[in-house]
Amino acid sequence: MSEQQTSAESSNARPTTGTARVKRGMAEMLKGGVIMDVVTPEQAKIAEDAGAVAVMALERVPADIRSQGGVARMSDPDMIDGIIDAVSIPVMAKARIGHMAEAQVLQAIGVDYVDESEVLTPADEANHIDKWAFTVPFVCGAVNLGEALRRIAEGAAMIRSKGEAGTGNVVEATRHMRRIRADMRRLTTLDSTELYAAAKELRASYELVAEVAAAGKLPVVLFTAGGIATPADAAMMMQLGAEGVFVGSGIFKSGDPAKRAAAIVKATTFYDDPDVVVKVSRGLGEAMVGINLDDLSETQRLAGRGW
Amino acid sequence: MTRIGVLALQGDVAEHVRMLGECGADAVPVRRPEELLTVDALVIPGGESTTISKLAVEFEVFEPIRKRVAEGMPAYGSCAGMIMLAERVLDGRDDQRAFGGVDMTVRRNAFGRQVDSFETDLRIAGVDGDPLHAVFIRAPWVESVGESVEVLSRVTGGRADGRIVAVRQGNVLATAFHPELTDDLRVHRLFADMVRAAAAG
Repeated sequence: MSEQQTSAESSNARPTTGTARVKRGMAEMLKGGVIMDVVTPEQAKIAEDAGAVAVMALERVPADIRSQGGVARMSDPDMIDGIIDAVSIPVMAKARIGHMAEAQVLQAIGVDYVDESEVLTPADEANHIDKWAFTVPFVCGAVNLGEALRRIAEGAAMIRSKGEAGTGNVVEATRHMRRIRADMRRLTTLDSTELYAAAKELRASYELVAEVAAAGKLPVVLFTAGGIATPADAAMMMQLGAEGVFVGSGIFKSGDPAKRAAAIVKATTFYDDPDVVVKVSRGLGEAMVGINLDDLSETQRLAGRGW
Repeated sequence: MTRIGVLALQGDVAEHVRMLGECGADAVPVRRPEELLTVDALVIPGGESTTISKLAVEFEVFEPIRKRVAEGMPAYGSCAGMIMLAERVLDGRDDQRAFGGVDMTVRRNAFGRQVDSFETDLRIAGVDGDPLHAVFIRAPWVESVGESVEVLSRVTGGRADGRIVAVRQGNVLATAFHPELTDDLRVHRLFADMVRAAAAG
């Protein structure tokens, strides 16, 4: 018997943390749910009251990062502690792309998921964090299948389509979700010889490409993010194949956050039932003011961050 | 063929549907009161118990499910589903409600946060063969059970040594772990057998 087999057997006999299965499995438990950006414990409570499956702690919501400018970083540890104490649902937090020390801090604080996020100012313009080195799982953004598979190869246990955060405009989320799904559909039509060239084109590992081609889906959960502002936006993204929804500025930049948050939760569960979406869409007050993507210059776009 | 519903308000619904299908059951998602009427049994999946509780109340399936479980409909819950089948929940939200069905007190997130989530092997009463590989994710444990509850499994080793993680009372089965995240069908087979036995009455 090889040494490897022996160690695999003994590791099965006693509790093992930080495995790919528990990391990816955590994301499975969030499916069909809404994860809401919060910057304070008070906002986290509103999100939990509304039925969020998790909250995402960050320093400023994307709309404020856009309007205020400057470097956007990981949230203050005291603020994250406050959010963890305020709610009983999972707490996620954002780290800058490539900033392994921020991610280490978040893991030490005890957050349940780290979002290595393009919404914050990147700390490394060539490399993402080696996510296999962590016990805490990571979610990463992607605009297409190649990017998603590169993140998974680095250890991401969940993927979200990027969209364009802080705009309240769902068009980029739609583009990225459709693109990822179309890329996957295409792979399922290729023969085994063609998969090698496809992997090269996608700039992704052959093993992951072959896995997606066989399964027709990612090996991890796929959520959507970036620009979701209404219950109908959430329902649309679910119909496009998202397994759940991140909402950032769309809730706390609107007129009645508590009501809008609860409405988006319900529309996500009943995404295919227009009667429910109608009912929850009434009387929500002002939606966040949106931004047309044509009004953003290339440097103002966040989705291009990540490599 | 028995028809088993999977409560589809939030959580890992598809995984339970797949496992039940592989056990030869007709498995369907259930979100509405009228859908509940068409099933012989119900699985409550893993997910966020506070979200599932809230949505069950708002979409008016809470009372119908509570009533049917009380009347003897077979039910199985994993993780959040175990919490939903408990008579008493510790460390939950004040407004959190559970269907009940098992005379037990469950502590939510008892094993800790996600960094404490783990895999381990377990012996489970009624599941023959090799130990079952169990996946625990921000999992609850059973703090105490009433006399009529059968304890099926406890964890061994670690700081939670001896904690109860699988129980059965009558037609209701609950596990703190997620067999649906593995390819091992034995727990779902056990439940499908319970459902068949109940139907044969």
